[in-house]
Amino acid sequence: MRIGSIILALFVASVALAAAACGGGSDKSTTSAPAAPVTNPVDPATAGSVAGKVTFMGTPPPPQPIKMSSDPRCSNPDAKTEAVMVAGDGSLQNVFVYVKDGLGNLKFPVPATPLVLDQKGCQYRPHVFGVQAGQTIEILNSDMTLHNIHAWPQTNQEFNLGQSLQGMKDTHVFTTQEIMVPFRCDVHKWMNSFVGVVAHPFFAVTGADGAFELKGLPPGTYTIEAWHEKFGTKTASVTIGAKESKDVPFTFSG
Amino acid sequence: MLLHLFALLTAASTAVLIFAGGLVTSTGSGLSVPDWPNSYGWFMFTFPLENWVGGIFYEHSHRLIASTVGFLILVLAFWLWRAEPRRWVRRLGFIALGAVITQGVLGGITVLWYLPDPISIAHASLAEIVFCLTTTIALVTSPGWKARYARRGPVPDDRRLQHVALATLATVYLQIVIGATMRHTDAGLAIPDFPWMFGHLVPDHWDPKIAIHFAHRVGALCVTAMLLIATGHVFARHRNRPELFRPSILLLVLVTLQITLGALTVLSHKEYIINSLHVVTGASVLVTTLILTLRAHRARFGDVLGPAGLAADARLTAGPGHPGAAAGARA
Repeated sequence: MRIGSIILALFVASVALAAAACGGGSDKSTTSAPAAPVTNPVDPATAGSVAGKVTFMGTPPPPQPIKMSSDPRCSNPDAKTEAVMVAGDGSLQNVFVYVKDGLGNLKFPVPATPLVLDQKGCQYRPHVFGVQAGQTIEILNSDMTLHNIHAWPQTNQEFNLGQSLQGMKDTHVFTTQEIMVPFRCDVHKWMNSFVGVVAHPFFAVTGADGAFELKGLPPGTYTIEAWHEKFGTKTASVTIGAKESKDVPFTFSG
Repeated sequence: MLLHLFALLTAASTAVLIFAGGLVTSTGSGLSVPDWPNSYGWFMFTFPLENWVGGIFYEHSHRLIASTVGFLILVLAFWLWRAEPRRWVRRLGFIALGAVITQGVLGGITVLWYLPDPISIAHASLAEIVFCLTTTIALVTSPGWKARYARRGPVPDDRRLQHVALATLATVYLQIVIGATMRHTDAGLAIPDFPWMFGHLVPDHWDPKIAIHFAHRVGALCVTAMLLIATGHVFARHRNRPELFRPSILLLVLVTLQITLGALTVLSHKEYIINSLHVVTGASVLVTTLILTLRAHRARFGDVLGPAGLAADARLTAGPGHPGAAAGARA
């Protein structure tokens, strides 16, 4: 009886721990309401742009083959990791570049067109992308297998969806700016992707040539940030006048 | 005897379940099936076999093994209710049933809430309690327990051993809770070297994860010391009592294995099989300490049954459907 009481007490303590320690799945997303925003502030007659190229200095780690044997329906012998993709001339791909600061209290219309995040060949397409806060992300399963789509942001709402059939679609909207929100598939450990959620349309992701361009910027002084999943961030300050284009290069090193 | 064998099967299946749970965490598969209690919309038991791929294999297997263990404990509780004459043992069956149901709900909640640390830690900690409960039931329904281990004379009532064993049991459980905290806060490699810590005897810098990891290593030393005291006492005073001597030997083997697995978990950068074996071996240390503790306290439990009850027990433990079962259960 005494031992029974001890075990009962331990059991009750464990349950109490769970009940006391966790209040439930709270919505982590927050919204900030800037005072008196100016909507659609860009005058095409004066808009300028920032362009540049992101390069990598040093010897980059080579892309690694991805072993997909845990799911026979994923078999793709040519699949390689996309975390570090550097061209022969040093151009660095999959860098998210955006205006970090300088837009003040300006507000921009949210595109009505959804951005598609596809799961194809058991990899995310694209690997790095950007959306405007409030813009819809359409998540598509083009594979013959099932995936879960697990986004684990810090400020937006975390979610985890299952897509068991080819052709399934889900949509999601991130409401708050966040650099970056990671996606992963817990079924296929190698699958990951990153989305930059920004409050404006001035962002780009570098392609194989490492180039980016932020068009339609009002004249002003801006902080531009380049983010890479392995190499971190770099920032630069730039001032553009009316109809002016500035070149802002970024260089990462490993 | 059949009831005891069934309780043994249930306890063994609980160990398998803990190993399967360890695999889920070690492979990072906890969220590979995003819904619960269904699996990708399918009823759990009809989820197609061809979809058991990647992380789903571990998570879905864990759910099915958990369901099986839940069913076994349900049957065990019912069987005890019908056939067991000792009220506290019957209650133990229902406590185990309540615990395993709570455990299942915690498992579901942790998936639906994206693995919050407190829930996941509680899930891991309660799993050990369920294992302790099924092990206790298996022990107290065993012929040896019922016979008061009387072949070697009267069972000893050694207060010192009782206190040491109980303190060791509490230390082992606390160490497992710290281990679960380390595991679910991703602090398993917060100190990446072994036996040194960042090349020192004590870490030269700190953060919460390093502190949790450090606490687990200190806990391992405390558990080892407590086990050496408890087993040393048995070797010195009760060498002729196999019911105490055997679990003591087993404990020394298990704790050696456990420390080795803990070191290998760090050195292999949390290789998932080693990591999961570390989890289940820790649970084995706990229940073996529990067995030693209960047996050390055997004299403090009364006789299982009086002479009439013993006769009834022989009939009742043959199965729940026996006509005398209900009468015996009321005794």
